Amino acid sequence: MNLESKVPSGPIAEKWSKHRFEMKLVNPANKRKHSIIIVGTGLAGGAAAASLGELGYRVKAFCYQDSARRAHSIAAQGGINAAKNYQNDGDSIWRLFYDTVKGGDFRAREANVYRLAEISVNIIDQCVAQGVPFAREYGGVLANRSFGGAQVSRTFYARGQTGQQLLLGAYQALSRQVAAGQVEMFERHEMLDVILVDGRARGVVVRDMETGELETHLADAVVLATGGYGNVFYLSTNAKGCNVTATWRAYKRGAAFANPCFTQIHPTCIPVKGEYQSKLTLMSESLRNDGRVWVPKKKGDTRPPGAIPEDERDYYLERKYPSFGNLAPRDIASRAAKEVCDEGRGVGEGGLGVYLDFSDSIQRLGEGAIRDRYDNLFEMYERITNENPYQVPMRIFPASHYTMGGLWVDYNLMSTVPGLNVIGEANFSDHGANRLGASALMQGLADGYFVIPYTIGDYLARTKLERVAEDHPACREAVDAVKGRIGRLLGIGGKRSPDSFHRELGRLMWDKCGMARNRKGLEEALALIPELRERFWRDLYVGGRNESLNQSLEKAGRVADFIELAELMCLDALERRESCGGHFREEFQTPDGEALRDDEHFTHAAAWEYTGDGSAPRRHVEPLAFENVALATRSYK
Amino acid sequence: MNLKLHVWRQKSREDTGRFETYEAKDISPHMSFLEMLDVVNEGLLANRQEPIAFDHDCREGICGTCGMVINGAPHGPRKLTTTCQLHMREYRDGDELWIEPWRAKAFPVIRDLVVDRSAFEKVIRAGGFVSVHTGSAPDGNAIPIGKETAEESFDAAACIGCGACVAACPNASAMLFTAAKISHLGLLPQGQPERDERALHMVQAMDEAGFGNCTNHGECSVACPKGIDQKFIARMNRDYAKALATRK
Repeated sequence: MNLESKVPSGPIAEKWSKHRFEMKLVNPANKRKHSIIIVGTGLAGGAAAASLGELGYRVKAFCYQDSARRAHSIAAQGGINAAKNYQNDGDSIWRLFYDTVKGGDFRAREANVYRLAEISVNIIDQCVAQGVPFAREYGGVLANRSFGGAQVSRTFYARGQTGQQLLLGAYQALSRQVAAGQVEMFERHEMLDVILVDGRARGVVVRDMETGELETHLADAVVLATGGYGNVFYLSTNAKGCNVTATWRAYKRGAAFANPCFTQIHPTCIPVKGEYQSKLTLMSESLRNDGRVWVPKKKGDTRPPGAIPEDERDYYLERKYPSFGNLAPRDIASRAAKEVCDEGRGVGEGGLGVYLDFSDSIQRLGEGAIRDRYDNLFEMYERITNENPYQVPMRIFPASHYTMGGLWVDYNLMSTVPGLNVIGEANFSDHGANRLGASALMQGLADGYFVIPYTIGDYLARTKLERVAEDHPACREAVDAVKGRIGRLLGIGGKRSPDSFHRELGRLMWDKCGMARNRKGLEEALALIPELRERFWRDLYVGGRNESLNQSLEKAGRVADFIELAELMCLDALERRESCGGHFREEFQTPDGEALRDDEHFTHAAAWEYTGDGSAPRRHVEPLAFENVALATRSYK
Repeated sequence: MNLKLHVWRQKSREDTGRFETYEAKDISPHMSFLEMLDVVNEGLLANRQEPIAFDHDCREGICGTCGMVINGAPHGPRKLTTTCQLHMREYRDGDELWIEPWRAKAFPVIRDLVVDRSAFEKVIRAGGFVSVHTGSAPDGNAIPIGKETAEESFDAAACIGCGACVAACPNASAMLFTAAKISHLGLLPQGQPERDERALHMVQAMDEAGFGNCTNHGECSVACPKGIDQKFIARMNRDYAKALATRK
């Protein structure tokens, strides 16, 4: 398997402009002869579909939702980073690059991260021009706020609904191209396989979710923008429909899956309530700007928060990380919460929670100022918990939120399958082992608006593609495989629902491959998952039929893929014998409990190659070089 | 608590559909409304019956996917709340609930509580955007926008496109939805060059998609989970009238 990163030579600050010059262009008149398939219409996919349509390519875009506007990017609350330095506080492209490499615990590819920081400034301009109503100062200029892992104020935001507004911007641009006839939009269509011809990605098999019809769509290149796999834990902040199927099917067709064990557990989510719980709700990291995190100093202290005097409270983030305090990065804040709860100092039902307290800020700034900043978040909290956070501290607990791992891509965002590109959360490239807050929106839009429109042109200009017809054996084979699988799922006729298996898998993964992992647990998981998979394929009951809207069938297919992915995640976590970012192996920690990296052996991305069902996947390595940000122990103290 | 549910069941677009009655047992007040339906569905599946189909995704009130009429009210009884954010603590033991899909000519039922809202896509595609190619934008601070203006634009942009306004309206009008997009863009300097054309085309698309007219009932704003103000409809009407009068 070839893991050539294709990073251009030369100084890091000049790589992207040099590369843009060196890439071949497709003549404007020839662009309309090329077709491109884009799966997923979140920030990355929506932006890519719009931009490629504008350039003149014939684009087909697919989403499982009933509208492209509903992709889960919409739920991002806090903001989007950009190195504008509008605040004159010392920000620069270089600093955003540095913060992101360090925040990712030195497991991302430097050149990709630099490009991301470089492009970040254009993204804000583009979004403003589209009519995204960013927060403004009274003088009319754009406002900023701070986010975890940074000491400058570079986050642009639109109340607590930044993702929604950015996505609507991309969706509007996409709608414009649909109206112009450049993009053909397929809603309620789920991708179930990739079609490869002569080793290149040339199309997809999708299921019309209303009629069950399997359709073949062919093109010159395929772009996957299908998000992350955080729902492997069942409970996560992801939308219920988020799934790994598109990237997993691609993996099984030869695309390497990189760093699957790099998952982000977000520190500030509303704690779990009961068995019936279907998802977890994030409370934006921006709240940590004004909220202080604490637990009682005493174990098992069940007094209400207001009755616990100041000197009996442990503001543990401020204590342990004085220079970043409550704005410590996500992986660190999550682990610290787990630690105090493991010690028996957690609060709320079951002791799985910590306080996020706004009383100091309310006293200092007044309730009005806090209301201006966070009202919609406070309201959401109250709606869910029936508690008023203006009066009592919020209770929060970490939850699965984002996945840094994903399909391996080179500098051009192409996977190990030629013609198959992967953008946004679905790829692995920019966040290393931990993503900083407000960087997901940045990456999705960078990939979609400003990277893939160039790099895909280079591929098309350099590649001679034969015409492929829908009756090509590769198409028939892929459709038959999908059909067979659906038939199998419907035909099991067991007793248990897809959700019940998903819940079981989620619990297992949270216990063994969640916030902290160890060899014993991972080995146990690797024994338990195949057994769970076997029971799934023996005891599942789906009900209904393929030829109609069948949500139970949709879930079943996704759960089947999650079970397979879970095994790869545990394997990857087992093989990475170090702690870094979101991957914390209990065997590898400093005396004071911080992550202990092993740079000598693990300064690389691990990319897994599928070798067949029942055969062990093969681990390949892309070494990572840190030439611009010196490898250092990450410290937020 | 235990509840009695009367749920609209309809197998396909062609099917006529009917209410069927189910018991929802041992429901916790902390459950969301959709989690309550999850529990009912798990029970149906265990009895080899087909689960109730309903649209949902983010379950945190922002994607706009979910929506059903509960005892006559779109998204249920609680103000400013989507169905996924509605919690069972709103209900009491023994309550009887009638659960239906959005009812509107422009939103045909696909199955059970799932409707086809693609009519909204037609409205947006008619002009709900700013025509700016990727790469052609000036610096983000090149055009100052007053805080109040940005805030008012945001108030309109907060629309999640769920369709509750249409379901609530006795005329099944999509005026609030359309007005929200026209106002969001029309309030910003970036939206000015196409303001007239946008109003004309979007209103026309709305009419063609089969939505009814506004007769000032105001039910739309009451049902709107994001509290989009009816004043935006007035604003749209002004824009539309001006565009019509000055059309070249």
